[in-house]
Amino acid sequence: MTSDTHDYLDGNAAAGELSKIFTMDVTVAEGQCAHCGATKRFAEAHLYMQCPGVVARCAVCEHVLLRLVSVRQRVFLDVRGMTYLSLDTQLQDSI
Amino acid sequence: MWRVGTVVALHNETATARTITLEVRDWPGHVAGQHVDVRVTAPDGYSAVRSYSLASAPNPEGRVQITVERLPKGEVSPYLTQEVVVDDRLEVRGPIGGWFVWRTQQTEPIQLIAGGSGIVPLMAMIRSRASAGGVAPFRLLYSAREPGAIFYRNELQAFSDHEHSVSLTYAYTRSAPKDWPRPPSRIDAALIANATWPSNLVPTCYVCGPTSFVESAAGLLSACGNSPDKIRTERFGPTGDRQ
Amino acid sequence: MGIISRGFSGRRSTADVKLPPGQYLTTDFPVLSAGPTPQVPLDQWEFTIDDGTNVLRRWNWKSFRDLPTETVLVDLHCVTRWSKLGTSWEGVSLDTMLADLKTDASYTLFRSYGDYTTNLPVKDLRNKQAWVVFRFEGKDLAPEHGGPARLLVPHLYLWKSAKWVRGMTLMHHDNPGFWENLGYHIYGDPWREQRYSGDE
Repeated sequence: MTSDTHDYLDGNAAAGELSKIFTMDVTVAEGQCAHCGATKRFAEAHLYMQCPGVVARCAVCEHVLLRLVSVRQRVFLDVRGMTYLSLDTQLQDSI
Repeated sequence: MWRVGTVVALHNETATARTITLEVRDWPGHVAGQHVDVRVTAPDGYSAVRSYSLASAPNPEGRVQITVERLPKGEVSPYLTQEVVVDDRLEVRGPIGGWFVWRTQQTEPIQLIAGGSGIVPLMAMIRSRASAGGVAPFRLLYSAREPGAIFYRNELQAFSDHEHSVSLTYAYTRSAPKDWPRPPSRIDAALIANATWPSNLVPTCYVCGPTSFVESAAGLLSACGNSPDKIRTERFGPTGDRQ
Repeated sequence: MGIISRGFSGRRSTADVKLPPGQYLTTDFPVLSAGPTPQVPLDQWEFTIDDGTNVLRRWNWKSFRDLPTETVLVDLHCVTRWSKLGTSWEGVSLDTMLADLKTDASYTLFRSYGDYTTNLPVKDLRNKQAWVVFRFEGKDLAPEHGGPARLLVPHLYLWKSAKWVRGMTLMHHDNPGFWENLGYHIYGDPWREQRYSGDE
């Protein structure tokens, strides 16, 4: 299943929404896809944000990494699609 | 999380894009490349949130700038580009994002590639470098539909003329000035080969614009030898309903 | 609630149209998607009905298109607040597809190409309430809007009208689908504004 339509954004676009839950910068976080094992920065995930929630998908296999729904007074988070998410506790990342 | 920003200045960049300068109470500072979320709320409580890259260099005054392009069927951009006046207040969340950033400590060659309004965070990087007196080698390839769509033209010209210059190449996709050497077209391998740092200099590349532009440009950079971990991308697109 | 932004009103509707609470009228057809648009070649397309163990019905594109169809004019209500009135679709009624199917299951889970799912009570599929549609406004349904075929259940919020359907699983329990298990209402009646779990 592939798509040629470029209807996604990337992890940068969801970082503001995710800051409701993550106090550390999630764009530099490294995550492993639970489906294909690819390890990438969250900034590189494919983000689908024009739907009733936020859906982050693996840039390699397109399986769902993370979903977030923010409605009324509640935030729902599903991270079953990631084996792990690793965040740097130091604020500066290395380039 | 949300801070109040007061509009202190407005400047039209093009017929459809406007730069808004906000004074934000308790602004913690930012790094070039980061963005903010802006929230607008109607009297009945309905609110809409959109992300905008910061156009301004870090500064100690708590002032930030965003440049907003008016989308024809947008819900928020027509309000920000046509309705908002000085002294209006907007809520901002941020700064957001630590991946697509350029820090003044970086000394390696930098390749910036902008598609349309993707120039905004890259301009913050150029301005940041200037205000820090930086000399890191910068090249900018800026692709836009037509000359009237270019943001910050005069300032970019000045940076290009400056002693430690930012080397500047424009590419037009729909219509170009008379006698322009390159017919209007999307960026391609030839343009990348002519207008960007050779990959053996190991530049850090920043590509920003609509998703299809970013995928294309990043692919071209990769094809001429830049390693994926040296290519940083930020995709712009609608986050409200796609009309 | 945020500070009020002077002069901002969001999208609004004219008052002369009756819409479910909280909706605004649009004449566009927004494309909302939780993932990439699947590309499904018609010679590989299938729709199956199963009970979790056995496949009870299976159609390929040819046998599906041999079923009797009807054209319906319906209103669409999306939970993201837009409503689009008077849309024309051609498809096969679920009454036709469920004909002669004996089951004591009360619920279904519709499955799509890609990974989308949504759950519905069986009774909401019967009696001219649901169709598997393949033409919109007289043309083949575009992939971005769910083509080759999507579910259409206009009396519920549009997230229940799953795009790119490939089958339905009969269930004895109302197991939530993709959005229902992350904060959206299990049923989704726009006229009672049942957007989120916890709404009456």
